Amino acid sequence: MRFTKDHEWVEMEGDIATVGITAYAAEQLGDVVFVELPAPGASLKAGAEMAVVESVKAASDVYAPLSGEVTLANADLSDNPQSVNDAPENGGWLVKIKIADPAEVEALMDRDAYEAHLRSL
Amino acid sequence: MRSGIAARLASRSWRFLISVLTADTLLATPLSAAHRSRAARMTPFAGYDMPVSYTPGVLKEHLWTRAHAGLFDVSHMGPAFLSLTARSGDPAADHAAVSALIEPLICGDIASLAPGRLRYTLLLNAEGGIIDDLMVGRPADPDRQGELYLVVNAATKPGDFGLIAEAAGAKGRLTRADDGALIAVQGPEAAAVLEALVPGVSVLGFMTFVRFAFEGGTLLISRSGYTGEDGFEILCPASLAEGLWARLLADERAWPIGLGARDSLRLEAGLPLYGHDIDATTSPLEANLAFAVSKRRLKAGSLRGAARLAREAAEGPSRLRVGLSVEGAPAREGAEITGPNSARLGLVTSGGFSPTLGAPIAMGYAPPAFAAPDTDLRVTVRGRAQAARVVAMPFVPHRYHRPATKLET
Repeated sequence: MRFTKDHEWVEMEGDIATVGITAYAAEQLGDVVFVELPAPGASLKAGAEMAVVESVKAASDVYAPLSGEVTLANADLSDNPQSVNDAPENGGWLVKIKIADPAEVEALMDRDAYEAHLRSL
Repeated sequence: MRSGIAARLASRSWRFLISVLTADTLLATPLSAAHRSRAARMTPFAGYDMPVSYTPGVLKEHLWTRAHAGLFDVSHMGPAFLSLTARSGDPAADHAAVSALIEPLICGDIASLAPGRLRYTLLLNAEGGIIDDLMVGRPADPDRQGELYLVVNAATKPGDFGLIAEAAGAKGRLTRADDGALIAVQGPEAAAVLEALVPGVSVLGFMTFVRFAFEGGTLLISRSGYTGEDGFEILCPASLAEGLWARLLADERAWPIGLGARDSLRLEAGLPLYGHDIDATTSPLEANLAFAVSKRRLKAGSLRGAARLAREAAEGPSRLRVGLSVEGAPAREGAEITGPNSARLGLVTSGGFSPTLGAPIAMGYAPPAFAAPDTDLRVTVRGRAQAARVVAMPFVPHRYHRPATKLET
């Protein structure tokens, strides 16, 4: 699993990346009550807005960790947005992306680096 | 406000850093240390170091308050007493005299307020716009006639207190009481929780207040609140505050609740938030707060902004505060409300997710022709028009403590 400074995680399987927000981000944002996801087929650019995760009080943008095309959005989240809190790094995944540039994956942090990043906050 | 996750989390630690660096200017309540010791998320609010949420988070704190009892530190607000400099000793005459000091500034009828009662009213400017909303209470004690208990909002208190003191002049003295703690206990189990510590409070009626002796000091307790639930607001001397807070929290029915859930609770209760849902441009009638306007004083033309209020009472205001049931993403403050042909009607002034209803709700302004319940409108969220239906407020029924009135036979 790889991570971004914006608290997203990426799990690669071939050229398909599964993306979500980290347990740390989910805990800090509080209970998620609404998730807005891009439609399959949407084209993503690394660092651009990809999704919106809302708590009772606020809406937060989630940025695309990688460039590519959305192949699947987690439809379960429309009825169960709480999955983002309950299982942020598995059942609460947001989208699957067919990535455009494998080099972008290499540039992401591994878990040790992400945890060091959290300690620096 | 929208931002990325990292920016949102960073702004939170940045706000904390600011709060530490400016500790000399940021005011602590008598309970700030107690909140920090419970790992509350703190934020500067109206110049005070205040808890936004505790470990359970906004959603669970909100639902707990609706089901049990929530404790809120609202010491940032502005309690004060307005008293006559010279009393005649005649209780009725003294109440009339102190009422005459504040009535020129507000739209309520304080002269007719019964002893021991509290009234919600509005401070108005010369154009009939709302400067603040506040509570005014008349003491029950015959020896305290000629005194009024006031509670104004945190962000507006310096201005309010200046206005009131100036209007009272040499005849009245305004004594601030915001150096103590103001603690709200709200929810269906609030009366049982507080009764265990302060025997006798549960007989108070809604919108009444009484002084109680407590641990060598005095608590001023009103049966009132900002959640739509039964509950109390307690003005407590600073020296007793941590002890009272700790003893209330020792009751497992009571959880501490932050300002985050306080806001979602008052939104469900349809109660306006000053500076958001009402401000100096809004009239009481536009804000659907006509109940707070004294008919006697409106008729007499003795209200500030009397011309506007009389015109709006006769012809109807040009816009009304409405409740909206929103489909899809929550519509938050600033979202545009549109009608047929995408015509812009007004703006959302408060909005979010209702934990009780499990759906987004909002309040905002629309012209009277679009303000009736069941009118289908739209709200624009992130550039998309979403369905929004006008609904009567409160969104969640009030459960105030109103003893059943005897039926006349």
